[in-house]
Amino acid sequence: MLQQAQYGFHGGIHPPENKTQSLQLPLGQPPLADRLILPLGQHIGQASQPLVQIGEHVLKGQPIASNNGFVSSYLHAPTSGTIVEISEHQVPHPSGLPEVCIVLQPDHQDQWIERQPLVDWQTLSATQIIQHLSSMGIVGMGGAGFPTQVKLAGSEKHTIQELIINAAECEPYITADDMLMREKTDALIQGIQVLQHLAKPEKTLIGIEDNKPTAIERLQDSIKRLGANIQLIVVPTKYPSGGEKQLIQLLTGKEVPSGGLPVDIGIICQNVGTCVAVYDAVHLGQPLISRITTLTGNAISAAQNVEVPLGTPVSHLLQYADFDATELERLVIGGPMMGFTIADTSVPVIKTTNCILAATKKELPQPAPEQACIRCGMCEQACPAGLLPQQLLWFSKSQEHDKAEHHNLFDCIECGACSYVCPSSIPLVQYYRHSKSTIREAREAAVKADHAKVRFEARKARIEAEAAEKEAKRQANRAKAAASTTKAAAPATKPAPEKAAATSASDAQTILKKLKVELALTSTKLNKAQKNLQAAQESGDSDTVATLQGQIAELEQQKQAVQQQLESTHVESTHVDNATNVATPQTNKPAINASTSVTSAEVKKAKVALAIASTSLKKVQKQLAETPDDEALKEKETAQIQAIADAEKALQDAQQAETKLDAADGASPAKKPAISDALKKAKVDLAIATTHLKKAHEKLAADPDNEELKARVTSREEKLAAAKQALEQAQTQDQTHEKTQEATKEATNTAPVNTDALKQAKIDLAMAKAANKKVEKAIEKAKELDLPELAGLEQQHQAGLARIQTLEQSLQDMNQGKTQTAPAAKKVQVDNPQKQLKIDHALAKAALNKVKREIENRRKDGASEAELNTQGLLDKLAQCEDKLAATERQMAASETE
Amino acid sequence: MALLRITSPHTQRTGHRTAWIMQMVILATLPGLLVQTWLFGWGTFIQVLIAIATALVCEAAVLKLRGRSIMFFLQDYSAVLTALLLALALPPSVPWWLTVTGVAFSIIVAKQLYGGLGNNPFNPAMIGYALLLVSFPVPMTQWFGAYEVTAANEVMAFTDSIKLIFTGAIEGAHAVDAYTIDAYTMATPLDAFKHKEGLMSSEAFATLPALQPANINAFFWINMAYLAGGLFLLYLRVITWHTPVALLSALAIIAGFFYIIDSSNAASSWFHLTTGAAMFGAFFIATDPVSSCTSNRGKLFYGAGIGILIYIIRTWGGYPDAIAFAVLLMNFAAPFIDYYAQPRTYGHKEAKKGLKTGGDNP
Ligand code: SF4
Ligand code: SF4
Repeated sequence: MLQQAQYGFHGGIHPPENKTQSLQLPLGQPPLADRLILPLGQHIGQASQPLVQIGEHVLKGQPIASNNGFVSSYLHAPTSGTIVEISEHQVPHPSGLPEVCIVLQPDHQDQWIERQPLVDWQTLSATQIIQHLSSMGIVGMGGAGFPTQVKLAGSEKHTIQELIINAAECEPYITADDMLMREKTDALIQGIQVLQHLAKPEKTLIGIEDNKPTAIERLQDSIKRLGANIQLIVVPTKYPSGGEKQLIQLLTGKEVPSGGLPVDIGIICQNVGTCVAVYDAVHLGQPLISRITTLTGNAISAAQNVEVPLGTPVSHLLQYADFDATELERLVIGGPMMGFTIADTSVPVIKTTNCILAATKKELPQPAPEQACIRCGMCEQACPAGLLPQQLLWFSKSQEHDKAEHHNLFDCIECGACSYVCPSSIPLVQYYRHSKSTIREAREAAVKADHAKVRFEARKARIEAEAAEKEAKRQANRAKAAASTTKAAAPATKPAPEKAAATSASDAQTILKKLKVELALTSTKLNKAQKNLQAAQESGDSDTVATLQGQIAELEQQKQAVQQQLESTHVESTHVDNATNVATPQTNKPAINASTSVTSAEVKKAKVALAIASTSLKKVQKQLAETPDDEALKEKETAQIQAIADAEKALQDAQQAETKLDAADGASPAKKPAISDALKKAKVDLAIATTHLKKAHEKLAADPDNEELKARVTSREEKLAAAKQALEQAQTQDQTHEKTQEATKEATNTAPVNTDALKQAKIDLAMAKAANKKVEKAIEKAKELDLPELAGLEQQHQAGLARIQTLEQSLQDMNQGKTQTAPAAKKVQVDNPQKQLKIDHALAKAALNKVKREIENRRKDGASEAELNTQGLLDKLAQCEDKLAATERQMAASETE
Repeated sequence: MALLRITSPHTQRTGHRTAWIMQMVILATLPGLLVQTWLFGWGTFIQVLIAIATALVCEAAVLKLRGRSIMFFLQDYSAVLTALLLALALPPSVPWWLTVTGVAFSIIVAKQLYGGLGNNPFNPAMIGYALLLVSFPVPMTQWFGAYEVTAANEVMAFTDSIKLIFTGAIEGAHAVDAYTIDAYTMATPLDAFKHKEGLMSSEAFATLPALQPANINAFFWINMAYLAGGLFLLYLRVITWHTPVALLSALAIIAGFFYIIDSSNAASSWFHLTTGAAMFGAFFIATDPVSSCTSNRGKLFYGAGIGILIYIIRTWGGYPDAIAFAVLLMNFAAPFIDYYAQPRTYGHKEAKKGLKTGGDNP
């Protein structure tokens, strides 16, 4: 029954164990804290969804948050009490970002909800038990917190040869599993038996390091007593024998394929803590609401293991264990090799917190200054993954990411063995993390660019098809316009446009609101997924990393789509608002109103179509979130996105037609329909070309190396030039025509056009200002929280400022009485490049600021790292400065012109 | 409470700093230095002092020019080690300015101009050595003979050694021939064997003074001393066995092969391993981590390459010993070898090769 491991793994280290300190005292039961803080994301995957409300009274073991998607988990009240708060709070996570938590105030009754153990579990199917485990909130308690039901569900598709129970606990200082095995031996063995029933393995192996003789003895005894079919295999004490991959290699000699999962080679690995939680859930009907945590470190005088309800603040435990705040230098959650530091002792214990290490300065001294790598190869001798850490360092430093990948950077489990032995004190793992994240970002960007390309092609085809259609419509409109002049006197048409405009305004507002909510939701989900991803990466959980990366890419796409929608809707609603405002004074011009009403109806129709398309997209996306692999759904989603784009386009067209009609208000459409149509068309084309160019520029600014984008910008510029030319031609025609009519027209028409335009310009300006103020506020908030969106917001802000400037400019122009249509149109032409320049300038400024900030951050992070990282950044800085200077020069040039 | 926030790992092996590694290598050369001094007089010892002083001055000067912290980098002992290794490789009798030139070139050009410790593609000590050998072939190939077989029949006195090194001549009672140092010097066994001028091996061993047992034994003991130092480094895990074992075996095998084919003209493996600088080169020069291969498999190829090159240059090249050139040539190849000798990573079916991505489907 007791065996020595037959296999070994490459490398490994023997750091001082420091385990005896926390084993002097028996398992402690600290008093209940005043508040239990329960983060919704205590596991890998989607954060749970709250089931309770503030003020609600809950019983011990009552579910307070539920699964939110496939990879998610339930959460239960650790004791009875009242929910006093559901808000963001600091949580134990390497990122240091706050997260939504449910705060429970215990009533000290500790009153259980009715428990429902699965007494007859042996007769139940695997699916039923897995379902039960899921509702009991069981997650892997070894480190990453992978929902157990997900791991076990994977076993249904594979035949499981070995069920491996990880009892190695190789990290220095931590003794939580050791204590658990001593105290809950029988529960552990019975929990394993449940897992055996579920996974039906050929063999069940417990891997334990030989530095836990007491636990080994008790396990042996318990296995014999319970007649369990389990082999206990003792492995030599060596870090990181408790790493999942290393333990598998030690016990079976097999290796988990790179990028694969243990289940691919017929192995399931579970931590001992998880097994006990399974026992509690199945035999006792108790959800996962407490865990054993090691309190250790020299800043604590009563080092020990404690069994604590989840949500207990770390500060409460530190106090209980009698710690000395003046001695505390570094507070580590987890062990010294792979744990992470926290800055705030108010964070709670969560399902994965296996150790709280309160270290003094002497115990974990500050790292020695980094020296040059002398290629001594000690890191290679220590690396359990069989990598060449020194080569990876070299490639990471020189940003040769393809070489780093080729040297299997992504097989690094970030165990820290290399950093531990490095005589030059190089923080190797830190370099690898940095490179990994850079590579990942680049990959995501590439995926995005591909998507953009597909979308661009589709859009191009669509626009071409639409051009033909539009032409047909225009013919029809012309006929209608001609007809409407004859019906000019008919009063029945009067109220219609107003109402239409008003309805579409409120429509647009609702859509806008909805979109905003959706955007916020998507952003939250995205942030969450990113955080989880980081956790997964840090724990080396390649499987989760893969799923999460997929999720993130999807979410990002979704977010982008929503943002785009939002933007266009914003513009729309502004249009519509203006239309409503403008509509009233127009009522005395029935002729125009009649034709406006036609287009207004079209606008409305287009809006409805857009709303419908958005809703069905949302539906599809929701479904897709639940079943992310469904190809059919994905296709549907793409189709919907397409439909929305179509609808947006139609709407835009309708609106443009409407605006044009409004603008044509003063002219006498019956007399020069052909020419003004040509003019109209030219203007529309120009506007479209400008927007496209702007969009392309923006994209290019975001991704300056994209050849495709560059090409697109060039073609856009060409189109714009062509459009301008056409406009000019049309204008000259128009002018000549106008001159012949001037005498008849002047008195009646010019004035109202101008007042209307003036009004609209004023409204535009006010809107732009308000919008920018909002952005400013958002920036402030973002700065406070140091959110990644900051750069984007700043860009938006700059662009907004530019817009305000142009608007002010045109307003001024109008006030000065530049009333002639032709010069005004020309002005727009001149304005456009200037505006573009301003936007470019603003963008360049924002980019520069971003780089500067990043450099500053790096500098703060420490001189050594700065040396490496600022290299690339400095280049970037120079680039940005160049760009800024160039745009400034251009601006100056165009101004003198 | 201002808590320190840094990423894992939070702990480090204590006492194994870069300086410690350098110190251990320096310590491991001491048996060799002692034996060399014991058998051939104070020359080497004085050269070592000159070299170290030069190295420290050069290193400090360059660091100052480069605006680096002088004390921080001097304390890594790498300059001292480079100087020491070069001095040990030099003939004991070379004039002081030659040592100074060699060391200065090693430190300033071969090391600091490439970016300092960790960035030099070539072994700095061997660059210095090669420069001197090419520029000053005569003093660089004169070696003291073991005193039993020289005309002087005693090791040179300390004061004489100093005079010789700093003035180029010695005089006085101790010298049999007052104005020449020929009394003390003779070719090294390797050199003598190389230039046996048509003699059969057996004749050469019977007649040439440099090939007398006393002289050969002296070199044998020096090699044994370096072997002991090398084993000490292996024991401390400062170096791994791969390079020295590959180097010595390759040298022994190729020498053995030719000895079997033509024993009347070729020297035996044993002669090759124990009369030149084979042990010194294998344990102290080829193992210089910065300029050698870095993966275990790479080190095997690298060491074997040096061993083979040593034999080729010794036998058919223009120089009696060949450690420096062999090592420098393999320094060239080291990065390339590293790309093709990657270890198999956990979870991969086979090791990756080269630099191209793709091709590996685990
Ligand atoms: S242990 Fe440190 S100094 Fe040695 S090769 Fe690795 S990274 Fe370089
Ligand atoms: S952190 Fe990565 S490179 Fe370093 S020893 Fe661990 S697996 Fe190897």
